[in-house]
Amino acid sequence: MNEILVLAEHLRGEIKDITFEMLGKAADLAGESGAPVSAVLFGSGVGELSERLASYADQVLVRDHEGFANYNSAVYQPVLGGIIREREPSLVMIGHTAFGVDLAPSLAVDLGLPLATDVIDVGLDGTGFVATRQTYGGKINERVGFGDAERVMVTVRSAAFPAEEGARSGSVVELDVDVPPEPEVRKFLEYVEAAAGDVDITKSEVVVAVGRGIKEQENLEMVEELAEMLGGVLACSRPVVDAGWLPKDRQVGSSGKTVKPKLYVAVGVSGQFQHLSGMKSAETIVAINKDPKAPIFSAAHYGIVGDLFKVVPALKEKIAALRA
Amino acid sequence: MNIVVCVKRVPETAEADLKIASEGRSIDPEGLAFAINESDNYALEEALLIKEDRDGTVTVITMGPEDSEDVLRMSMAKGADAAVRLWDPAFEGSDAVATARVLAAAIKDMEYDLVLTGCMASDDGRTQVGVALAALLGIPHATYVTELAVEDGRVTVGRELEGGLIEKLDVALPCVVTIQTGINEPRYASIMGIAKASKREIAIRSAGDLSIDASEVGEGGSSTKVLGIEYPPLGEGAEILEGTPAEASEKLAQVLKEKGFA
Repeated sequence: MNEILVLAEHLRGEIKDITFEMLGKAADLAGESGAPVSAVLFGSGVGELSERLASYADQVLVRDHEGFANYNSAVYQPVLGGIIREREPSLVMIGHTAFGVDLAPSLAVDLGLPLATDVIDVGLDGTGFVATRQTYGGKINERVGFGDAERVMVTVRSAAFPAEEGARSGSVVELDVDVPPEPEVRKFLEYVEAAAGDVDITKSEVVVAVGRGIKEQENLEMVEELAEMLGGVLACSRPVVDAGWLPKDRQVGSSGKTVKPKLYVAVGVSGQFQHLSGMKSAETIVAINKDPKAPIFSAAHYGIVGDLFKVVPALKEKIAALRA
Repeated sequence: MNIVVCVKRVPETAEADLKIASEGRSIDPEGLAFAINESDNYALEEALLIKEDRDGTVTVITMGPEDSEDVLRMSMAKGADAAVRLWDPAFEGSDAVATARVLAAAIKDMEYDLVLTGCMASDDGRTQVGVALAALLGIPHATYVTELAVEDGRVTVGRELEGGLIEKLDVALPCVVTIQTGINEPRYASIMGIAKASKREIAIRSAGDLSIDASEVGEGGSSTKVLGIEYPPLGEGAEILEGTPAEASEKLAQVLKEKGFA
């Protein structure tokens, strides 16, 4: 195997965890084959970041240029594409993040590289690269092959691999490659923060979350009462916000809030990884769901397989009885 | 303003018990309900809203066998003007890029200003076809869009990043925009609309019609291939509290009491 190339992702001066997770996995793969691990870092004023990355890679390929002040896949693509064409890495790893999914599919088409997205594992078997990814909302694992391709690209799911402390002392290599001006057809304007709501769900020690299984807006009240009994707040997964039943600031998950309460009760939440990434660090997780194969049960400590419309009222009764 | 919306028919699996088919590479579709992919439904709604605001046409397009026509008809029942189904036995087994190749072959000859599609298919979760399509058409793209405004030959979009941060972009038309769920409130089709749509014609295009080289699509023309599927390993998992709702709740209430929550 030749070089493994990892695209570093960062925003507002902070390297995203996915970068360290990918570099850790790359180091594991390299350990088996002796391939060099390279991190590619594009940014403006990113000297400090490149030093930090050097402990995770054999080399950090840096292009520090004001054209990279804000992320724009239309600027990243030609520059990264040029580097990949020249270096011909065996494996290119990009985060399966809002940035990565905006870049990797078009970059792969441009380079003619096979791409597997949202992978939770990647490696070599006897014949070539094989990736593992999840389908059907995490209910099925799929093994993807790349035929006899010797060079492949993957986008990697957040938290699929641990972010360990870096133990390398790589070199920082300043690349002297052209950075094209931002194309007229796609211009970055600004970042806009999500509006703060009346309740900050990240501050509560108890969070009770509802998901798609709640069926109707009027059913929220039943679960909110449970949240109040437990001294907690009501939160939700994405479908509840999409339906307009709760505001965005109540959403737990990768595009919402990350919570670490003492108790997290998931009611009718199937547990797609985007949701799990926002709550899996809770101390105690309880799941109530009618599908025994729902991914939420593998993240939970306690589970009840059953109809939430029967279980939640019964639970409220039992808690009230304990207190009486 | 002419808008093409790429849609996919998918099984509804959120609450379904999935069985792996005997060939080991796909799920058994028996007993599953099928519908338009959720984020595609939001993309369709966004197209209809733009059309109502600015005139023009909305064309829905899908790649799939005959049973895919129900999502096209439902889209027409909601207000789409035309529907195209791309199918040929040669398309079977196409991966995301091969699928994008088929879509691109059809869309490149259409008169369009904007291509909308969902940001992700809920079945395969690839999040790939829309952006690959833009690359093949040679036009810009924006993904995970939760805000969209059309003005003077351009669109201003808000992309949803991690943590709820919104990235605003200004993108020239024509372009591909992949729509995230929650951007609007998808309408329901009226009974009248459904009745009318049932009689409408759906254009069907084969590999030959699209001048597609069969070796570039389908399983043979795909650079990735599903080798096999399996249920995810269960890991440690939850301690399941068994019994009737009352019995299980009693156990849970005790657990919560021991931990100081109840």
